[in-house]
Amino acid sequence: MSIAEAADRARLATEEILASMESVPRGVVVDSPPGAGKSTLVVRAATELVRRGHRVMVIAQTNEQVDDLTDVLAGRLADHDGDLRAGRLYSESHRVGWRVERHQNVVSAKSAGELLDCRVVLSTAHKWATVTSDEQWAWAIVDEAYQMRSDLLLRVAGLFGKALFVGDPGQLDPFSVVEVDRWSGLSWDPTTSAVEVLLNHNDHVPVKRLPVSWRLPASAAPVVSEAFYPFNPFTAATSPQERRLEFGASAFGDNSVDRALELAARSGWALYELPRAHKPRTDREAVRACAALAARLLERAARTVSERSPDPLPVTPDRIAVGTAHRDQATAVRAALAELGAEGVTVDTANRLQGREFDVTIVLHPLSGRRDATAFHLEAGRLCVLTSRHRHACVVVARKGIPDLLDAHPSVEPVHLNVPVKFPDGWEAQQAIMAHLERHRVAAP
Amino acid sequence: MTTLTSLAKVEAIALDRAQLIRTVRHVHVSPRPLIFVPLQLAGEACAPLAAMVGDDRDHERLLIAYEPRDRTERFRFAAGLGEVILGYVDGYAAGDPGEGVPYPDAPQVWVPNAGGMKFAELLGRSTRFRRTEGPHPVPASVPLLGRWVTYLAERAQHPLSSLFLSATQALTAHWATGQSATEDQNLATLLAWIAPPPGQTGAQAALLAENPARCPPAGPVTDPDFDRDVLEGLIKAIVAARQSGDAAARERAQALMARELHSVLKPTWDLMWQAVDLLRSLPPGDHVAERWKTDRFSFTGYVRYLQEGGVPQARRDAAVDAARRLARLENEAQQLAAHMAYDDPLVMAEYRMTGDAFAGPVVRAEPDRLDETGKRARLRPWITVETTDDVLAELGADLRSPARPAQQARVIEVERAGERTRVTIELQSGMGRKLVPEPGSVPGLGDVVCYTTFKAEFQPPPKFPDREDTPWTHGGPPPEYVPRDEEAAEEWE
Amino acid sequence: MSSPGGAGTERRLAWLRGGELPQTHNARTIAALASNPGCARRALLDAAATRKQDIAEHAGYPVPFGMSPFALSRGVVFERQLKDDPGGLLLALLRETLNLDIAEVGFTDLNDVGGSPDLAVRHARTKAVLTGRPDQRGTLFDHPLLRFRVGGRHAYLEPDLIAFRHDDTFHVVEIKSFAVIDGQADPAKVAAAAIQSAVYVLAMRDLVGDTATVHHESVLICPRDFANTPLATTLDVRKQLGVLERQLSRIAGIDSVLAHVPADVSFSLDADEKGVPQRDPGDLLRDIKRVDANYSPECLASCELCYLCRDEASGSTSVLGKSVREELGGIESVPRALKLARGDDPLPVPEDLREAAAILRRAASLRRDALAAARAETW
Repeated sequence: MSIAEAADRARLATEEILASMESVPRGVVVDSPPGAGKSTLVVRAATELVRRGHRVMVIAQTNEQVDDLTDVLAGRLADHDGDLRAGRLYSESHRVGWRVERHQNVVSAKSAGELLDCRVVLSTAHKWATVTSDEQWAWAIVDEAYQMRSDLLLRVAGLFGKALFVGDPGQLDPFSVVEVDRWSGLSWDPTTSAVEVLLNHNDHVPVKRLPVSWRLPASAAPVVSEAFYPFNPFTAATSPQERRLEFGASAFGDNSVDRALELAARSGWALYELPRAHKPRTDREAVRACAALAARLLERAARTVSERSPDPLPVTPDRIAVGTAHRDQATAVRAALAELGAEGVTVDTANRLQGREFDVTIVLHPLSGRRDATAFHLEAGRLCVLTSRHRHACVVVARKGIPDLLDAHPSVEPVHLNVPVKFPDGWEAQQAIMAHLERHRVAAP
Repeated sequence: MTTLTSLAKVEAIALDRAQLIRTVRHVHVSPRPLIFVPLQLAGEACAPLAAMVGDDRDHERLLIAYEPRDRTERFRFAAGLGEVILGYVDGYAAGDPGEGVPYPDAPQVWVPNAGGMKFAELLGRSTRFRRTEGPHPVPASVPLLGRWVTYLAERAQHPLSSLFLSATQALTAHWATGQSATEDQNLATLLAWIAPPPGQTGAQAALLAENPARCPPAGPVTDPDFDRDVLEGLIKAIVAARQSGDAAARERAQALMARELHSVLKPTWDLMWQAVDLLRSLPPGDHVAERWKTDRFSFTGYVRYLQEGGVPQARRDAAVDAARRLARLENEAQQLAAHMAYDDPLVMAEYRMTGDAFAGPVVRAEPDRLDETGKRARLRPWITVETTDDVLAELGADLRSPARPAQQARVIEVERAGERTRVTIELQSGMGRKLVPEPGSVPGLGDVVCYTTFKAEFQPPPKFPDREDTPWTHGGPPPEYVPRDEEAAEEWE
Repeated sequence: MSSPGGAGTERRLAWLRGGELPQTHNARTIAALASNPGCARRALLDAAATRKQDIAEHAGYPVPFGMSPFALSRGVVFERQLKDDPGGLLLALLRETLNLDIAEVGFTDLNDVGGSPDLAVRHARTKAVLTGRPDQRGTLFDHPLLRFRVGGRHAYLEPDLIAFRHDDTFHVVEIKSFAVIDGQADPAKVAAAAIQSAVYVLAMRDLVGDTATVHHESVLICPRDFANTPLATTLDVRKQLGVLERQLSRIAGIDSVLAHVPADVSFSLDADEKGVPQRDPGDLLRDIKRVDANYSPECLASCELCYLCRDEASGSTSVLGKSVREELGGIESVPRALKLARGDDPLPVPEDLREAAAILRRAASLRRDALAAARAETW
């Protein structure tokens, strides 16, 4: 598919969604695979609704996300109509980012009452939940709706009449630190996602899909689609020729780190495989390998060519991420990077990498070096987040032996009655990804 | 499991007995708890068979449903149990404590294990909707028992509550044994590890205690061999005697059954008191009394609710109730975690292990430092703590110290050098009103201090819509709950 | 080397069994294959279809699980009331649960083959009937005798289900006697029912071939609340089907397990004509232990050999459970973990254990300090 065709398909899908918003009685859900233009849709829908004369509230999950959306929306509103103003509602503990403050047409305030003349107001779900108002918003746009817990939706749903829910069903589900079975099987189980509860009670709400990923390269879209979105496939917007990762400096000698990077540059994937061993979570060799791969990318002046720019763009540290399952692993990788003098690379857990995008990601595989798998480590959403953040290449660092570990895993999860089965199954998704990675293996010394 | 508790399990094997994983007790232990050891008929959802119950270790009461499949017998059993439990509960609800004041103490009920708790929950479910009049009247103690055990079972889900305890859960929260968590569910083997008889190792004692012939299971399900070899015949004999109208034979068979059930329940009864004694022997954590006070308030509230004719608890939570309850449970879980860490250096050690807390000496202190950037100068002392702990706290993070829990502190700088990390902290409150700190309000040079990223403070509950304003996303307002006749007449067979 | 599941394999499995007839599988035993797929000992005992319970007992480790007569009779009573009037209660339930518009059903008991106990005969009849001309009314088939490929061999499945056929679609109907109270049931019991259903679905699919579809949604019938009134719930078993298919394909490769087992190992009980084992228990135990096990406390709920393997594993961190072992940095041996934690081993710590050792030492020192602080109350 060419970019033009992809753009056409995406536009058609978006237009269909926007058109359907005219007629739906209550709202629309839009499933968006990784990098399918979710934010663009949110901003377009907001502008469109405002243009139709509605007041719109935008609900995102973190302040970071709200600031991002405000930034893009403000730019778009300014292009559209200089008099339209957007409101940024924030709470005591948050400082509004510079990318919001720079816009003339954004009003920031701590109370919704100060934003009455804004046609569109953006804030976090938690902040919205504190707003008391008799006045209803015609529309709400809920971003990252699959990561929002339904009890939070309950607290804000009284504010709006209709809603557009946008999110990625493949990422991590919301969770609770309290483990009680008390609510399992209830259509309003407060520990499940906002979308799930909404659809349980409103089968007239249509579920639409964005069909192409602008982020994932042609090498990754089919793999991620098949493993994590088995019933809702999507494709890459770009063709293999349109994305290139190359190095400004060539390798000297022959070493496995360079070979892994070159393989990843060529094929979009590499499995940097360390010798089989059972290790503590913060496996020093694996941690160092992650850091070494990131540092080497910078050292060799990696650069990208893509539809964004005909000239190569350098892969700067902020375009690289290292993803882990646990916090202590992230801390260890950061320390290892600091030792190598590679500053500015994003290192975080899957939870915190949700919704973000990089050129190259390095993933410490959640099952690397483990004796046993647990539900946490098998969770499909975790691996999906980690393997779908990149525009060019993904290098997975792992100890040998993961397929054996998966085979030996006893698959006897408890089953709750009347709770819909979630797909994909983490265990099967892990198998699928490993089967793919096996073909991109570079053995570490 | 954490690395520290796992290490304690390894030590338990090496040292032949269970090891403490807490230095203080984190549950309240009543001076007069009610022990409740229920048994049920295997294969049934909730068919009471017997219970040993009482608040005096020398005077156990044995209640039996001689024909556990018989509806009348079940209600007779429930009424009997109701009298015991209600009598106990009423003892704490005498008089009117006055507006906004809780009763001076509250009841505390103990069951052996998670199965006992589930049994209580189901017993509550099967009795609380019954009525004393109408087509299927039952004694007043039955629905009241149902409400009280449901109340207790619901409280047991609250992290801060000690009103209703499971012995295995309370013990494993304080001791690590040399067996797995699965095996720790067995009260007899658990106590064998914690207090092995003289001359035996924990492992030996546990192996013996695992034999159901030697240590009858703590219920609620009985040993299948006992069912087959003893109980089945006895119940048949009782049914046959009743059917033939042979009162003497029936009495004989009942006496035999009572003796058998007594011998099956008594060992667990004794273990329960042993568990209570063991926990009581640990000094209570500083926050335990404060948490018990919330239990007293809750208990007082429920007594009042019943006095005002409150309806029985619903079968399932409606949307708003569920969300509200979840918020409360999450809040309590957070508070409990902080309480335990503040009260107990062994719990804090687990957070130090994971980087959520750090401790070390103060190596630099500017107790009189002023922040003069604003209109008025403010007292903002800085201290620098040197630690070998991992520090996850980032710049600007809010910190608290167990030594001064109300004092706000913020991370100013984190310098890492090899194994050591120096954290500079700005203290922001709790030092008095003057521009020099109150004595003792700022740690001095050389003091060993501990800081964490979590707080023990109470968070105000979030706002939820009223039930009647349940939004369309959650199915709209639920129908008002009105007790129905069918519920009262529900089969229990 | 013989082909997988071929005559050579079959001969070795027969040798392992020691001349006894293979045990018939049922859905429960096949479902159990998924519970510890990493255990070679278990895989071999299952593939050889041995009498695990008797083997464990004879080796000196009696099996801890029995079944109460009360539970048995409860199950029987519940099932009987449904089957006594299939056109009434059962049909009404299916109609409601599957949202079907059928007025009446036929009921066929496939157990009834003119008294023939021959499994092959019964299976043939099942096959003939189930693949026959579909009846648009909908038909219930009780006790279909299914056949299943386990470990490269066909095993007959002792039937414990009803197949419901409607419009060329079969649904597996499972009757269980655990209660569903206010819409909730014990998740472990539901999980067991789901994987058993999946076994039936697979075996049914194998049997009916392309002539009909076997739906991935089974119907679970349980007592409702505290009464004997039945309640039907649909159970989506797609995940369980995926798991089973994968595990079965691995068991088909039992040759790779056999390759690591000495040729003279046998689990034979050397039973005399009365069925009383004559083999020396110590000898049996030794042979059992020559096949690797993978013990974890989860085995206590499902495997007949659990006490044997637990005893064998004593001194290993695996007896403490998977999460404990993980927190100990994956160290296998209890004394070693302790030595590393105390740091009092005169020998240098091997390179591959250094990281775990550092974690354990740190935990030990934190534990020591905290206990000391508590004693001194200087916190």
